[in-house]
Amino acid sequence: MHLAYPAVLSALLFCTGLYGVLARRNAILVLMSVELMLNAVNLNLVAFDAWLSRAAEDTLHSGQALALFTIAIAAAEIGIGLAIVLAVYRNRGTSDIDRLRDTAEGHDPDDPDSDATGREAPAPRAAGEKAEATA
Amino acid sequence: MTTTTLAVLVPLLPFLGAIAGLLLGRTAPGFVRPLAVLPTLVSLALAALVAARQGGDGAVDAATELTPTGSVPVELALHIDGFAALTAVLVTVVAGCVQIYSTGYLRDDPRYPSYAALVSLFTSAMLLVVYSGDLMVLLVGWEVMGICSYFLVGHYWETPEARAASLKAFLVTKLGDLPFLIGLFALATDAGSFRITRILGAVANGGIEHPTLVALLLLAGVAGKSAQFPLHTWLPDAMAGPTPVSALIHAATMVAAGVYFIARLLPLFEASQAAMTVLAVMAAVTMAGSALAALAQDDIKRVLAYSTIGQLGYMTGALAVADRGAAVFHLLSHGAFKALLFLAAGVIIHAAGTNSLAAMSRMGHLRDRVPDAYWTMTVALLALAAISPFSGFFSKEAVLGAAEHVVTGHTGHAPAAAGWIVLLAGLVTALLTAAYAMRLWQLAFRGHGTEAPDHGRQPLTMTVVLWVLAVPSLALGGLAFRVLPDWFDGRDLTPTLTTSVLGTGVALVGGIVTYATWRHTTAHAAARVPLGAVAAHPEGDAARVEAEAIAAHEPAYGDIAYAPDPSDPGRLLLGPLHRHAAAGFHLDAVYSALFVRPVRAGASLVRFLDREVVDTYVRGAGTLPRWLGAAVRRAQTGNLQTYVSALLAGTVVLAVAAVLAATGA
Repeated sequence: MHLAYPAVLSALLFCTGLYGVLARRNAILVLMSVELMLNAVNLNLVAFDAWLSRAAEDTLHSGQALALFTIAIAAAEIGIGLAIVLAVYRNRGTSDIDRLRDTAEGHDPDDPDSDATGREAPAPRAAGEKAEATA
Repeated sequence: MTTTTLAVLVPLLPFLGAIAGLLLGRTAPGFVRPLAVLPTLVSLALAALVAARQGGDGAVDAATELTPTGSVPVELALHIDGFAALTAVLVTVVAGCVQIYSTGYLRDDPRYPSYAALVSLFTSAMLLVVYSGDLMVLLVGWEVMGICSYFLVGHYWETPEARAASLKAFLVTKLGDLPFLIGLFALATDAGSFRITRILGAVANGGIEHPTLVALLLLAGVAGKSAQFPLHTWLPDAMAGPTPVSALIHAATMVAAGVYFIARLLPLFEASQAAMTVLAVMAAVTMAGSALAALAQDDIKRVLAYSTIGQLGYMTGALAVADRGAAVFHLLSHGAFKALLFLAAGVIIHAAGTNSLAAMSRMGHLRDRVPDAYWTMTVALLALAAISPFSGFFSKEAVLGAAEHVVTGHTGHAPAAAGWIVLLAGLVTALLTAAYAMRLWQLAFRGHGTEAPDHGRQPLTMTVVLWVLAVPSLALGGLAFRVLPDWFDGRDLTPTLTTSVLGTGVALVGGIVTYATWRHTTAHAAARVPLGAVAAHPEGDAARVEAEAIAAHEPAYGDIAYAPDPSDPGRLLLGPLHRHAAAGFHLDAVYSALFVRPVRAGASLVRFLDREVVDTYVRGAGTLPRWLGAAVRRAQTGNLQTYVSALLAGTVVLAVAAVLAATGA
């Protein structure tokens, strides 16, 4: 198989992931998009490894080993990421990235909703409290 | 031990006592009193031993150079002649008395340890000045005295008067010390040495190129230290310090340092006729002016302070007529009786609860409350007024006799004009001195009115020293004028008939006129205005009573030196001059206009330049970065996706740039 097919596929995957990271509002979907980007890299690693080993330039299959590492790390990363999203959701009642602007300049730390005024109707606080209570 | 070793120990012991007192003051309060008193008393014994061994013979000289210091060598040198030996005995006697007195006077004072250590340090500095044979080493003692005086005058620093007085004492003496330092350098450059013996040798050989300039520069420092016109204004204000400090520093020792310094270097001053004339005029103005001011003061200690200035005027007058024997003789007898006057005044202030003579003259039977102070103060006032068998008579007659000697042309050391000035001013001052001594005595001890408050007997430590000091006030003069010429230059100190008759005559006139005036003013007893402010804690220790009395004087009478008392004989005697004399002839106002206000105006100008001009540039330099920062801060929206987009854009730009650079496009 020609190297171009997996390379193009991986580039498409990466762009899809990038689009998701930049454009999705839901934090879980952003995390999934990050996974897409990581898998695009994995695909590249494996493809180039196969290509290089055919040319007998690299016989250690280091690309495939690295891909295994990436998968392990991605598993850990998604676990931590989902845990954070869950904690944020319990705390705020939302996982909308646009509304999580605590680090903005001029942000009042006592009022987590102050940045969201005029953008969207704030999520009902009762939902957040309920989520906290049921957790 | 050799005489040199003993002489080194004399200033060293109080110094070590001061260090130990400062270190142990908090941890071992029980040692503070012995550490204050014992080194001074041992020093007294050693100083007496040094004096006995020296015996008025050839001067004891010893010098060691610790390290080469460049052009003019500075040596640790001793030069003990008769003057130094006897002055050191006086200093240690007075310092010992003051230390013993202070244990009673400040017995409840929480700051006694540091006070006693500073008094010891002061004593040691004065002894260093007295014994030193090197002018640089002398200057060290001179300046240490200045700073000790600052701390001790400000002992009651809770009161604004004491704070102001300590600053004033320090600044005014420093004003004199600056020319003094320059004078010392000029002198050492001409003579090639700081050693007193070599300088005097250079003077004898005519090796000093500008004697007038050097003498006048040195005279400025002496005027500051010895409280001579026009730098005397700090001394009356320094009475805001505790009474033992006034007795030690402002009567017997520190102010004597200036006179003693001129006495040591008298041949240098004799080399310049102009300097001698300036000295005579300074002495005359100081004498007469301070005696007039003393007659108008209401605070008993300020009367004594102005009297000190006047008596120092006599000493500088004696130096102006080139008789240092008479000057140091008067220094010795004045040291004894003036210390006695101050210490007795401390007892009186404690007993009466006020330092105001006007209030004391409205107390009956004050003298029965303090019999020791009454009798010893009477002796000391008679000595001050120069009445015949007391010590002040002989020393003052020695001064007047020396002036008469110059007037009649028996000596070529001093200009005849100086002799006339000193003689006339001395006679006028003798009259005024007797007058204010009489006024002080009448107002303090012969008051009528409500009974003086009874606080029981004064502490024994405070009364015994009075009698110890009364002995030299009573008997020193009659013996000393026969013995002292052997110790000094050998010039005769016996009173001459003319000046004795004149001096005693004017003194009697002054005393009698004041007495008559006092009888006249107190006769209108019905018209007497009630006056008086008494300390709030009369049962406290003496130092507390005094501090409260000083603090209460200005609110009660409207001025620190003045009381609106119509029955004051000084008011009648001085007439329209009284108001000006009470204010020290407005010299403070002149200084205020000449120095204080320009300095304050300069300070406000500098403040304006700093606040309005310099700060504008600083603020301007800060404004631009602040604007830039505000602009950059707007980029921080808190939205992660914006950040990642910017990161991506940057990466793309960099990657494109890298590709373009690699392909060489």
